[in-house]
Order: sequence, then C-alpha cells, then structure tokens
Amino acid sequence: MNFTFTQDQLDFQEAIASMLKSEVTADTIRARWSAEAGLDDAFLAQAHELGLNSMLVPEALGGLGLQATDFILLAEACGEVALPEPVVESVMVSTPLLVDILDQGLGNADVQRVIDAVLAGEARVAVGHSINPCINYADSADWFLLADGNSVYLVPRDAVTLDAKKSVDPSRRLFTVSFNPDSQFLVADGDAGASLQRATLNRGALATAAQLVGLSKGMIAQSVQYSSDREQFGKAIGANQAVKHLLADVAVQLEYAKPVTYRAAYTVGVSPTRADFAVSHAKSAAARTALMASRNCIQVHGAMGYTWECDVQIWAKRAWALAREWGDEGFHNNRIHEWLLRKNALLGPEFTFGRGSLTDVA
Amino acid sequence: MELMYTQAQQSFRSEVRAWLSENVPNEQLPSFDTAEGFEAHREWERTLAEGNWGMVTWPTEFGGRACDLIEWLIFEEEYYRAGAPLRVNQNGIFLLGPTLMEYGTPEQKERFIPAMASGDEIWAQGWSEPNAGSDMAAIRCRADRDGDEFVINGQKIWSTRAVYADWVFGLFRTDPDSTRHHGLSKILVPLNSEGVTVRPIPQLNGLPGFAEIFFDDVRVPAFNLLGGENEGWRIAMATAGFERGLMLRSPARFQQASKRLVQLYREHGSDVIDPSIESAVVRCYMDAEAYALSTYQTASKLCSGGSIGPEASCNKIFWSEMDLLIHETAMKLLGARAEIEPQTAAEFAELGTWLDGFMFAQSGPIYAGTNEIQRNIIAERMLGMPRK
Repeated sequence: MNFTFTQDQLDFQEAIASMLKSEVTADTIRARWSAEAGLDDAFLAQAHELGLNSMLVPEALGGLGLQATDFILLAEACGEVALPEPVVESVMVSTPLLVDILDQGLGNADVQRVIDAVLAGEARVAVGHSINPCINYADSADWFLLADGNSVYLVPRDAVTLDAKKSVDPSRRLFTVSFNPDSQFLVADGDAGASLQRATLNRGALATAAQLVGLSKGMIAQSVQYSSDREQFGKAIGANQAVKHLLADVAVQLEYAKPVTYRAAYTVGVSPTRADFAVSHAKSAAARTALMASRNCIQVHGAMGYTWECDVQIWAKRAWALAREWGDEGFHNNRIHEWLLRKNALLGPEFTFGRGSLTDVA
Repeated sequence: MELMYTQAQQSFRSEVRAWLSENVPNEQLPSFDTAEGFEAHREWERTLAEGNWGMVTWPTEFGGRACDLIEWLIFEEEYYRAGAPLRVNQNGIFLLGPTLMEYGTPEQKERFIPAMASGDEIWAQGWSEPNAGSDMAAIRCRADRDGDEFVINGQKIWSTRAVYADWVFGLFRTDPDSTRHHGLSKILVPLNSEGVTVRPIPQLNGLPGFAEIFFDDVRVPAFNLLGGENEGWRIAMATAGFERGLMLRSPARFQQASKRLVQLYREHGSDVIDPSIESAVVRCYMDAEAYALSTYQTASKLCSGGSIGPEASCNKIFWSEMDLLIHETAMKLLGARAEIEPQTAAEFAELGTWLDGFMFAQSGPIYAGTNEIQRNIIAERMLGMPRK
C-alpha cells in the first residue's frame, strides 16, 4: 500500500506544468479563439516531441508503456492552464481504445496503421460515444472511433459528415458526427464492442475529472490573486472573511477530489472495464468541485467576473462543459447509487482498496 | 502508487479482527459521560492495553506495536467494524501522548505514558477559557513559578472528560508580563489536587461531557512542565496539528456510519418519498470514501518521509460536515420517529443510535477550532490570502 507518486512522476509533472504555463496563457488561448483552426499545431507538435502521444501505448506497440497514474498529474496540469487542445482526450481515451482493439485481436489493418500514425504524430483520432452529443475538434481529426449500438467503427475523415455546434466555451469546436455504419469500418461488435465502449466511458470520465481538478486549481489561483490586489474600503477584498470562505470552501472540496481522481487513475490502469465505482466517484467529485469553483470564483471577481474581458471565463466555461461531458454528476451518482443498492455490494472500509474498488456496477 | 495491501498488512488485519472478535464486549457500554460508563470504558482501555492494542503506533517499550500509519488505519477499520467502545482515553493517547513522546523528558515519559496506556490515568483537555475560545492566545489562567512548583490560579472551560478524568493538560500563562501567545506553558495537573474545583457542564444530550475547572492556588511540581517554560504555544500547535490531522477522527468511523446509512436507506426502500435522500446517501458514501483515500494518501506520504502541510486544515471541515450530512440524512429517513430517544432494546433495534450521533454531530464543526476559524486558516496559510 503506497498512495504516493514517485519522484519521477512529480518531476515530470513539474516539467510539463512549467512548459504549459509559459506556452498556454490567457492571451494565447484568446488568440486561438479568433484563429480559423482553433487549435495550435505548433503546440501539438511540441506535445508530441515530449512523448505524450506514446506514453500510455505498450512498449510492444512502440510506446513508452506507462500507466494512467503516470499521466494523471499531466492531465491535471493541462486543466490548470485550460489547455484548449484535446491532448488529454487523445492520450487517455482515443489511443488506449485503439490499443484495446489491437490487444483483443479485433479490428482490421487500419487499426495498426492508425496507431503507428498517432505514434509518429501524423494522425489525430477522435472518439464518439453515445453519452456525448458532440465531438470536440472533430474537424481536425483524421480518424474517428464511433459507436453504433454495441458496435465500434474506425472511420476515416472522408466517410463522416460533420455539423458544427457552437459551444459556450470559445476554446471548444464542437461537431455532431454522422456516418454510415458500414461493415468495412467495423472493428468490434457484440459483447466485445460493449466492453470497449464501457472502458472508453470510464477513461473519458477520468480524463475530464483530472482536467476539472486542474481547472479548479487554476480558478482558485486567479481568484486569490485578484482578491489580494483589488481594494475596497481601504483594504484588499480578500482580507474579508466572507471572501476568504468562498475560496476556502472550494479548496476543501478540491483537496478531497484529488485522491479520488488518483485512485480512479490507478483503477483504470488495473482494469478499465471494472473501474466504474472509482471513476464515477472521481467524475462526480471533480465536476461538483469545478462547478463550485466557477461559481465562487466569478463571485470573487465581482462585476469583472461577469465580463468577457475577465480571464476567469476561460476556466469557468471549460468547467461548465467538461462537468457534463462523459457523464454528468447525475449520471455518475446514479451509477454509484445502483452499486450501493446491490445485494452483494462490498461496503465498508476494508473494501476501499482491492476487490471492493474493482466491483462492476452493471 | 500501489493501492493493494501487502501480505503482512492483510495478516495484521486478520490478527486485529480475531482479537477484537474475542474481546469486544457484547453489550454496548453505558456512555462514558456517566460515572458507571466511565469506569466501564476505563476497564476496556485496560483490556486493550493488556493485549498491546491500546495504541498500536507507539513503541513497544510503551505497550505499543511500533505500527506505521497504514497499519494504524487498518487497526481503526477493524476497530469500528467490530463496534468496539469509544476511546475514553482519546485525549491522552491521541493528543497528549504524541506530545509527551516528542517533548517529554525520559523521566516524564516513564511517569506518564505507562499509566496513560493502561487507562489508570485518564486525561482531560484544558485549553479554552471563558475569554479564550477561538482566540486561544487570550489565555489568562496563571501558573506562577514558586521554587520547584507552579501555583495555578484561574479558570478553564469546555474541558472534555474533566468530570471523571484523573488529570488535565493545558496551557497556562507562566510569564505574567507576557501577552498573546508568548509566555504560555504546557502543564500537567492532577484533578484531585487541593484547590481544584470541577463543575460539570451538561452537553446537548444532557450528560456532562465537559466541565469548567477552577484553580485556586493549586500547587504542582515543576516536573509537570512539558517542554520549555514559556514555549507552550509552539507545543500546543503541535498537538493541535495532531488533533486536526490524522488521528482524531479516523476515516473508518465515517465509513462505518455511511455504511449503516446505506443499510438504513435500503431498509426504508420504498417508503422513501423525498428525492433528495437518494443523492444525500450517495454523497455520504462517496465523502467517507474520499476521506479515507485522502487519509491513506497522507499516511503514505508520512510513511515515506514527507510531512503534513497546511492542507491538513481541510480535514476538520470535511469530516465534520460529512458527519452532519450522514446524521441529517438518517434523521430524514427516520422521519417523525427521529425525535424518539430509544430506551428499550426494541427501540434501539428500530432507531439505532442515530439521534445521539446527530446531536454529537452538532459539535463537530465547533470543537478543535471552529470551521469558521479553519476556513480562515485555509484561506490565509494554504491559499495565501491577505490577513488584513
């Protein structure tokens, strides 16, 4: 039993976080808003150079063979700067799904080709799931992993139709994606397809949970800064207890969302289809924290918080979006509720780790 | 990160479980805030000490098992699982004991720790005064040096367990010219000393769980000074750190309560008509689990040489508000019957101890530093917000 990150993991987080903080600022994010593509190819190339795309790919397939616990702090760091590019989704959701397909001996020749292209930084893959109405940055994906019933398809860009939707978050480029579920694109169906989709849902929820934790951190930091600088009645507004307590409340929730998210990362690494409880807990706690952070941090900024100019909107709107992607609080609370009501549910502290945390919900 | 118990940890759990199943009293003991219940709980402390289970993290020379914090958490999980009695020794073993180990002289350790471990001497806390509550640095109760003795005059209040306890530890002003947190010392005082008057204060449940203590020229040997003279504040902060931190409220307590809440919810099943109850039950279970995960994380960090930072102030708010939600939700499930104080075995079977727990939960956000004070600490020390 050791619930700590290694020094290597912490050092890597620090290196990535410091790169992110210098490269991804409110100004560069706003610049993306007015650019045609939205995402920054130069940044994506840099992320690829750092090895992010290959981190969670097994060594046998040409990757670094690391686990979700090796990436989770980086996902958090991406959230902390409100990174617009869907790097976390790519590393934690779409690439692992391709790996799963290969691991289980499913799919077709395209799957290996697409993984190789991802590892070479030459292809982007987007994932669709029935729980999400839209796919973010679908317009810049080369391949799509799409679900239809229990089946999973690997579909090239030219075989899908995109219909743009405007997100409240200007950093997101949403599209509904339609395609013809043609057998030439089929990679899995039946139980195998359902199992892939279930693991994907868990990875997607974990990926958003980690970013929501980071977003909350980012919002607290900005609000502490603002409330220390802004003066009224001859003193910093942050000296008032009412203001302090707004942020302390978020800090408390955040402090407890973190270990829950790390446990979910561990569980997803051990068994992604049996991680429902751990993942739902993480997504629920992280979403609740980030929504509270967005509300309280807008409040701390006063009238500025209600302006387009104020940068808090960059983080708050992402929180509004990610809190609901890959299952909102209600969906995940309901999964936990079903599990708690099961006759054979292993309840109690002796089951927090091990067998209890790997219990199926469905 | 390895979130699995080792073979040794699993064996330890089995050993604890086996011992508790043979030794935990079948009947629930009367409240330790009654004379009879206090002695029954003292007897239980003796039983624990005889089996070397009184404080498993202590060194073996003091009757412990030199367990690390992960093993301590496992012990606590089994302890609450077994429904073992509450620890009347809590002030001693969790608060004073660790401070004695760190700041006590070898002679003081020898004098106080074995008697604490055996339950022969049970400790009360003496921090607050009528004008020093949240503002603890306003302490006025004096301990004047007179040769080899201190002469104590003044008053303490809200002293937990003081009605039946044998000793009190607390902070006293040893430098009469000092102000605020300077000039305070930590002194240990026998409650049977001449000049000590203990006046019980009935708590919300009617039982005298705390008391006022009046000191009128009470003489104690200078030997009873713990740590340096006038250095009491720093030492007290170390104790407060322990109290707020890991040990005071171990996660198993809330995990068992939330598990019982799930059971109560299942029993009530179809007659639950308030839709808010479902989400509250889920929230309670998740929060208890989150508290456990956070504690395992902190314990792991300490086991590998790290230290607790200012984020520890979050603990108290989290568990005290969770405890309220658990019991408020149970009250909702019991509906109009929630107000009935069970008297008979049949009533206990139906209503459990939820009402008692609900009343006790009211105190969580108040004691050990109110949650308002904790929020200030979090904002200023953890987040770095301006003090003025």
